[in-house]
Amino acid sequence: MARRVGIEVSIAVSEAVKLADVDLIAAYPITPQTHIVEHLSELVADGELDAEFVPVESEHSAMSSCIGSSAAGARTYTATSSQGLALMLEVCYIASSLRLPIVMTIVDRSLSGPLSIWNDHSDLMMERDIGWIQIVALNGQEIFDMTLHSFKIAEDHNVMLPTQVHMDGFTLSHVIEPIEILDKAEVDKFLKPYVSPMSLDPEKPVTIGAVGVPEVYTEGRKAQEEALLNSKDVILRTWKEFGDLFGRYYEPIGTYKADDAEIIFITMGSITETCMSAVDQMRQDGKKVGIAYIRLWRPFPFDELIEAVTKADALVVIDRAISHGGPGGPLASEIKSALYHQAQRPFVNSFIAGLGGRDITINVFKEMVEKTEKTMKKGVEPGYEFIGVKE
Amino acid sequence: MARDQGIISWKELPLGCAILEPGNAKDLRTGDWRSKRPVTDYEKCIKCGMCYIYCPDMCYIPKDDGLFEWNEYYCKGCGICAHECPKDAITMVEEEK
Repeated sequence: MARRVGIEVSIAVSEAVKLADVDLIAAYPITPQTHIVEHLSELVADGELDAEFVPVESEHSAMSSCIGSSAAGARTYTATSSQGLALMLEVCYIASSLRLPIVMTIVDRSLSGPLSIWNDHSDLMMERDIGWIQIVALNGQEIFDMTLHSFKIAEDHNVMLPTQVHMDGFTLSHVIEPIEILDKAEVDKFLKPYVSPMSLDPEKPVTIGAVGVPEVYTEGRKAQEEALLNSKDVILRTWKEFGDLFGRYYEPIGTYKADDAEIIFITMGSITETCMSAVDQMRQDGKKVGIAYIRLWRPFPFDELIEAVTKADALVVIDRAISHGGPGGPLASEIKSALYHQAQRPFVNSFIAGLGGRDITINVFKEMVEKTEKTMKKGVEPGYEFIGVKE
Repeated sequence: MARDQGIISWKELPLGCAILEPGNAKDLRTGDWRSKRPVTDYEKCIKCGMCYIYCPDMCYIPKDDGLFEWNEYYCKGCGICAHECPKDAITMVEEEK
C-alpha cells in the first residue's frame, strides 16, 4: 500500500529511482548536486538497491558512463543541475541521437554568472534543442510520479529517447512535502523491467556512434525528430495508465480556473502554485484570471496549448530564463509561435521573472496583470520586460 | 526542388543510426579521395617492404615474388610510401580526371 509521508523532495526522487529498480547510477557527487544521488549512493551502499553506483570524475563522464550502461541494455539514471548540466551537454546530444533511454532528474538552477546556485530555468532552456523529452514538475508528488513515468516512456520501443524530469532547485528540491510513496508491488504493476531492442552483444555485433556522412546525417536527424514527435502518444498513454492505476492524472498543459478567464498566466514549474494563490485572491477582487501551466516542454504540446488559451483576451507569459539578444523569454517565444496561425489570438505580454532565485510573490503576479491591463488599453503588444529589476 | 542526396531513407535507418553489419567500413571506397597516386618502378624496388610497413591504410599487399602490390580501392594518396622508399622507386603521379 502507498504511504503518505513528509519527505524531502530530493529524497522522494531517490525513492522513486529505487522503486524503478535501476541497474546503474553514474553521478559526480559535488555542488551543484543534490541529495538525490547522495541518498542513492547510500541506498546502494546499504544493499537496499541492487545497482552499480559509479562515482565519476566529472558530469561529462557521468553522462558518458550512462551512455555505455544504457547501450549495454541496463536501466540507467543520473541527476544533475546548472553548471554540471552545462559540462554534460556535449554528451547529452549523443544520448538522444543514439536513442538511449536514460532518465535524468534536473534540479533547475541558474547558470553563472554572476556565480549563482539559486533556482531559475536557465539550465532547462539550455537543454531545449538537444532531442530529449523534457517534463516539468509542479510539486513533490509530481516529481515522484514523473520519475516513474519517465522510465516507462523512455524505454518504450516506440520512443527510445532519453528523458529529463525537471524540478525547481531549492523551492522543490530542498523542501519537505507530503508525498504519497507507492510500494514496490504497485510500481511493479506499472513499470516492467527494461528490455533493450538492441543492446551490445558480442553474438550480434553492431556499431553505434559511427560517423554520419552528409548522405546520412540529415536522415538521422529526421528520424530523431519523428521519434520525439511520436513520443507524445506514448507519454499521454503512460500518464493515462498511471492515472487509472493510482488516481493521479497528468496532462501536457494543466489549467487552473482558465475556462472563463480573460487573462491567463502561462507558467512552468513550482511558481504555478504561488500563482494559484494569486489567482484566487484576484478572483475575489472580481478579476477573471486563470493559469495554463506547461508540464510537457519537449515535445511541445501545440494543440493542447492552443485549446487552453485561445479564448482568453490576454496571456501573461512568465519566463524564468532569457534568450539573450533574441526575442526575450524562450517560453514567450514558443507561445507566440504556437499562436501565429490562429486567426484570433490573445494579446501576449511577456515577463522575465524569478531569475537566480529571486522570489515571485503574489504581489508580483498581481502587478503583471495590472501592467497587462494597461498595455491592452494602449492596444500595442509590448516586447518583454524584466519585472522588478532595479533601474 | 532540392535533389534527394540521402543514401538511405530515414524510415529505414536502424535505431540511433547503428550499423548492423560488422566491419562494413571495408566497403567504403576511400580511393576516390586521392588526387595523386603512387607508381612503383619495379626496376628500382629492392623488396625492403618499407611501403608496406609505413602505409597507414595497409594498401600494399606482399606477393609471393617479394614485390608489393598497390591497392587503388583504399589508397588515399597520402604519399608516405613515396617519402619513405629508400630507393626513390615510388613516384606520386597526378590522377587524371
